[in-house]
Amino acid sequence: MDLNWSETQAAMRQDLRRWLERNLAGWRVEIGAELSGDTREGFAQQLLWERRLFEAGWSAVAWPEAYGGCDGTLWDWLIFEDEYWRAGAPQRVTQNGIQILAPSIFEHGTQAQKDLLLPRIAAAEDLWCQGWSEPNAGSDLAGVSSRARRVPGGWVLDGQKTWTTRGAFCTHLFGLFRSDPDSERHRGLTYLLVPLDLDGIVVRGFGRLDGDEGFAEVFFTEAFLPDDAVGTSVVLGEVDRGWSVAVSAASTERGLLRSPGRYQATVAGLLDLWAERGGDAALRRRIAAAWMLVDAYRLQTLQTITTLLDGGDLGSEASLAKVWWSELDIELHEIALDLLGADAELEGPWSKGHQFSLAGPIYAGTNEVQRNIVAERVLGLPR
Amino acid sequence: MKFALGDDREALRSTVRDLLAEICPPDAVRAAWARAPDPAPWQALASVGALSVLVPEEDGGLGLDETYLVPVLEEAGRAALPHPLTETAMVAAPLGVAGPAAAADPSAERSVVATDLGVAGPAEAIGFGSAAAVPSATFAETFLLVAGSGLRLYEAQEVEVEPVDTVDGSRHCGRVRPVAAGQTVTEDPQAVEAAFDRGVLGTAAELVGLSRAMLDLTVDYAAQRHQFGKPIGSFQAVKHHLANARIQIEFAGPAVLYAAYDLAHGLADGGRSVSQAKWLATRAAAVTGRAALQCHGAIGYTTEHDLHLYLKRSWALARSWGGEDFHADRVAASIGI
Repeated sequence: MDLNWSETQAAMRQDLRRWLERNLAGWRVEIGAELSGDTREGFAQQLLWERRLFEAGWSAVAWPEAYGGCDGTLWDWLIFEDEYWRAGAPQRVTQNGIQILAPSIFEHGTQAQKDLLLPRIAAAEDLWCQGWSEPNAGSDLAGVSSRARRVPGGWVLDGQKTWTTRGAFCTHLFGLFRSDPDSERHRGLTYLLVPLDLDGIVVRGFGRLDGDEGFAEVFFTEAFLPDDAVGTSVVLGEVDRGWSVAVSAASTERGLLRSPGRYQATVAGLLDLWAERGGDAALRRRIAAAWMLVDAYRLQTLQTITTLLDGGDLGSEASLAKVWWSELDIELHEIALDLLGADAELEGPWSKGHQFSLAGPIYAGTNEVQRNIVAERVLGLPR
Repeated sequence: MKFALGDDREALRSTVRDLLAEICPPDAVRAAWARAPDPAPWQALASVGALSVLVPEEDGGLGLDETYLVPVLEEAGRAALPHPLTETAMVAAPLGVAGPAAAADPSAERSVVATDLGVAGPAEAIGFGSAAAVPSATFAETFLLVAGSGLRLYEAQEVEVEPVDTVDGSRHCGRVRPVAAGQTVTEDPQAVEAAFDRGVLGTAAELVGLSRAMLDLTVDYAAQRHQFGKPIGSFQAVKHHLANARIQIEFAGPAVLYAAYDLAHGLADGGRSVSQAKWLATRAAAVTGRAALQCHGAIGYTTEHDLHLYLKRSWALARSWGGEDFHADRVAASIGI
């Protein structure tokens, strides 16, 4: 039990804090008014920001240097996240590539896939969106029906993906396709890496709850995917064995660890809002309660990272955290709306954040599914 | 940075856990409803040093800090130990009024301390209850009582105790009235505040242990009880109740350990961290207790089943040493709102 940061870690925090302050100011001068990253214009602004992060080596702190990271530990990652959100930096438009695809490449990719794809992810040169969900496969991901047919020199893709976050602005899609037409459920799926500019692929953006074009549906009609369409093999892991590759992303630490930093930043915003607007004793207690829930998440994360660095496994316990942070995020924003009173209906960061928070219990496996996982795999209740 | 109990604390925890599983099973807790608790578990705890974790080595204690005692208290909670371990080992021992060196006969621990500090609260509080609710008063050997802005110590023969009935029959509460002068322990309000904070922390740890016990009991029951031809634990509605309990416990545990670390290192936000720990542990116990009762169904709504032993203890602890609002207000003040 030692809750002190080392001198190196403290120094990194200081460097990062100064860098963020200077560069956020510079970036904001460069772009003018900052727009939502879930709009086309805002996405373009944030690519300029991602470029700055990458050039300074901050875009993927915990990756090896060879792939564009800075050889950091999970503690460095945590410090990065603390400072990043504290500084009020924008949501990462590259997060699907960095947090969901990359861990699977690290675990299942060939050397060529690592060498070629990872640096381009870190540099925000390839912009990846995820192709999991389909109109009939949401929480039940094994219900995927988009097809990949083997032909000489590649694959022919048919079907539809949807609710693809920022799909309309990305260059590539990773996802599961049914490669064995006679297979069912988890079997016979292949994890494919797909450039979105192929003939036969149509991407249509559409409005999320907050009205931003943050969602897309992707239609595949006899789209030919050459074997080396991404400069190396388009198959991640083995043919027909894509399920295990996809779920590995869900259970790797980088895939499901959600930093407490962003909720600490939100609660700091609530304290400012309280100072500005005030409220009654009940609202004050709700803020204190929310502060405690956020801090409990911080402490549990310290414990989780300690376990992981000691060689432990995150596994199904990640579901505990997912329910916690997603429901907490809604409460934080509801408190803000209550502090704003009738002004809560005005468009602004809090109303936007509130709408986004409502997605939390739905994406990355609904909280109902997460609770089933907790009950069955953590508590051992019968299926 | 390392946030984990580590081997030493784990070893102490598992020693206490095994010992209590053997010597303080639910039947022993049940027996403590009818009469004063059997001294055997207490003596066993004393023999492994659990009562004197916070007593300096030169005074015959283990000379360790709160991060060692918290896991011990969690195990006491898990066993629903009917003795005042928080009051004795956490609150009184560091004041030099419990443990080996404080006893007249150095071979015996001066032990079983009752205190009204968790009822009266520290100076800033207006009191959480009446003088009727001093736990363990009917069998305590020593009384640590709030007097003005300080604390005084009384031997059992120096007070009159009027027993009162409690929902948890193993609490042995009583109205305590000094009939002799007693002796001054401290007149320093900060020492009283610190003693109060330790009591809050110990109670939070017990609540986490109680929650774990109630959850374990219910998971076992849900796997074994069949209705509609299936174990009830296979129904999603039951699963979600228990998942909710597990989630609350998951996040209360680290906060309790952090508060112990905070007290042990004299960090500035001591009051805040223990209040946070108590608030989270209280919530975990409330969510778990309700889920446990609901998932047990009618069998849980009896005094024949063991669940009520844990449930009633958790209700008592939830509101002593400051309830949810007291601790939320304390945290609110500490974060500047």
